[in-house]
Amino acid sequence: MSVNKKLTVSASPHVRSPHTATGIMLDVIISLIPALIAAVVIFGYKVLMVTIVCVGSAVLSEYLSRKVMKRHQTIGDLSAVVTGLILAFNLPVSIPLWIAALGSIIAIVVVKQMFDGIGQNFVNPALAARIILLVSFPSAMSNWAADSKFITTTATPLAILKGEEAAEAMPSMVQMLLGTHGGSLGEVCSVALILGGVYLVIRKVISPAIPLSYIGTVAVFMLFAGKFDFAFVAYQILGGGLLLGAIFMATDYTTSPVSFKGKIIFGIGCGLITSAIRIFGSYPEGVSFSIILMNILVPHIERLTTAKPFGTPKRDRKAEKAAKKAEKEAAKV
Amino acid sequence: MKGYSASGVLSAVVKGRGGVSVSHSKNTQDCKITRMPPPEKVVLPMQQHIGAPCEPVVKVGDQVKVGQLIADTDKFVSAPIHSSVSGTVTAISEVKLANGSVSKAVTIESDGEMAVFEGFEPPKIENAQDLIKAARASGLVGLGGAGFPAHVKLALMPNENIDTLIVNAAECEPYITVDYRECMENSANVIKGVVTLKKYLGFKKVVIAVEDNKPQAIDLLKKQINDIAGGDKDINIMALKSKYPQGAEKVMIQSVTGRKVPPGKLPSDVGCVLMNVASVAFIQRYIETGKPLVSRSVTVDGSAIHTPKNVRVPIGTSIHDIVEFCGGFKAEPFKIISGGPMMGAAIVGTDIPLLKQNNAILAFAEGTFKIKPERDCIRCGRCAQVCPMSLMPTLIARYAKSKEADKLTESGVMVCMECGSCAYVCPAGLPLVQHMRLAKSVIREAGAKK
Repeated sequence: MSVNKKLTVSASPHVRSPHTATGIMLDVIISLIPALIAAVVIFGYKVLMVTIVCVGSAVLSEYLSRKVMKRHQTIGDLSAVVTGLILAFNLPVSIPLWIAALGSIIAIVVVKQMFDGIGQNFVNPALAARIILLVSFPSAMSNWAADSKFITTTATPLAILKGEEAAEAMPSMVQMLLGTHGGSLGEVCSVALILGGVYLVIRKVISPAIPLSYIGTVAVFMLFAGKFDFAFVAYQILGGGLLLGAIFMATDYTTSPVSFKGKIIFGIGCGLITSAIRIFGSYPEGVSFSIILMNILVPHIERLTTAKPFGTPKRDRKAEKAAKKAEKEAAKV
Repeated sequence: MKGYSASGVLSAVVKGRGGVSVSHSKNTQDCKITRMPPPEKVVLPMQQHIGAPCEPVVKVGDQVKVGQLIADTDKFVSAPIHSSVSGTVTAISEVKLANGSVSKAVTIESDGEMAVFEGFEPPKIENAQDLIKAARASGLVGLGGAGFPAHVKLALMPNENIDTLIVNAAECEPYITVDYRECMENSANVIKGVVTLKKYLGFKKVVIAVEDNKPQAIDLLKKQINDIAGGDKDINIMALKSKYPQGAEKVMIQSVTGRKVPPGKLPSDVGCVLMNVASVAFIQRYIETGKPLVSRSVTVDGSAIHTPKNVRVPIGTSIHDIVEFCGGFKAEPFKIISGGPMMGAAIVGTDIPLLKQNNAILAFAEGTFKIKPERDCIRCGRCAQVCPMSLMPTLIARYAKSKEADKLTESGVMVCMECGSCAYVCPAGLPLVQHMRLAKSVIREAGAKK
């Protein structure tokens, strides 16, 4: 048989869906834009400076790490841009720019590339970087002062709620939704974050399983902790980094379970830890720590929740027990 | 007998787990099946499909006619081969097949007459054994693509543990429309075939499963059930959601009956026999005329084909001759596929013969399909979501690379049917089907060592 040298021979399937990793990351970036615009409106143009520094140093770190490690270049997949954006969202607007840059470098070089890049890191890079910054620069990371006509208070709602800033007045519900209160630059505008989340769900980039189980768990927990004070529950959900964390960080592909069951367990776990830290801990916030802790548990959750191959008979525990009993009795005789 | 499990069907429908929505591209659905004139020669490989190869019963120089037996075997899992043209046997030699294997083959030069062999007559069917014998004698294999000898499946009957015959007319692969045309043009034969199989083999229920993107076929078959089968309540048409791979055996059984075929088991273990719709129509034709399987319909389509068509082709005709009948290539072919774009095999040249089970020839010009660059897995989990067999392709790929046979066995990769859904959706463009094949070979090697 003659072989036509010009024909391409490859394994099936010969058609591929149009989705690419870059496209998915682009969708995530688009979903973050409403919150970014809100942050610029609320906190002023300094927000753009922080964002540009974070994104720029993240992409540069990724580029240089790949170069030094002599691996194929991956900045084209835009995941470093997403990491930079999310890190920026987790910083107060007053942050010195060099700290912001340092955060990006930690996120990309230490947390992501040292574990072989995209898909391999075991905790969320932006979150790990945020925690490292938080414990290294506690005052810079919680300086909520902002040069803004919208911000009248320098305390975050959760800090006020916790009684750390008892003198301050709580922002109104409308303020909570629009984000005109103290906090990290990307976490304040609840409406924009929810909008981004809805976009991601519609585009099927994320499943709503993690955000809903996470936020749902916090809501139920706070309902009991606040003795059925619904305003308290609303402040807990809209305040702090819960929405940002539940929608954009807990849903990170690399560091969350693949199966539906696993996602629900992961979400509930995040919710319980967040609530416990907020109620019993010394921090008013608990989102970052809870997601990181659950990130570490992901391999175990995966092992417990991996679906059995199609048609695998269900384990009949009753029959197993009966068989064991019979065996024991037989051994006695 | 196990009943139909409503919850099983429900879970298949509601969860919507598994499968992908691929572009249907049924460009040829309105192209009537046209008969191709006899080619100059046909090449009939002795190994047409799964099972034992046949041995030629003719020798070089023999004169043969259409339908004359040219090869047979006494092995069970096999089917005899008949001449698809009239003419002279010019060679019995080794040829290479599309999958790269080598098979003995009989070459027959056509005299252009297509003179039909005088010796055959309609078989007398009085019981199940007669029908099974007739199915074997007809040379029928599964025409849907798998090519499993039909009589082997039918020989399971009559059997009180098997209650349902599922006639597969899903045709979930993009581009291919021959089963649809069979339903539209030979609906009477389809229903008559169903009635015959039900009557002699003792199926309690027959379900003809069609994807819901073929409403005309569904209506026509419904009408024929009324007209021909007298509205038999136990013969039903079922419209299934158009979702690839709806036509895959295990997927279809679950969609129709709610039963799940366990790993390593067969459809008969859950009381089902599956047959392709064209196979059913062919059995009926054979019973009426006694003319064995010498030709079949194929869809010829793709961006490099001048005039896409559905063609009735003598088996053994070269791909080259079939494409020429469709006006040749209008663009330089970049890839030629035997079968559908999801599971078909890319072939290396056009001078290979058409086998009994080949249902499509697709030729594409460069640039028709965008080739995704291969990137790193981002652990998005889409492959696991779409896997109709509930596997974790990305995890299996990792174990396959590190050759961990124990973990692979546990992963259940052996139930993978290589439908390609995982590789289709993968945003990182990973060749997951290749990884699945590698995984299976790792398990087989480990098994051989033990």
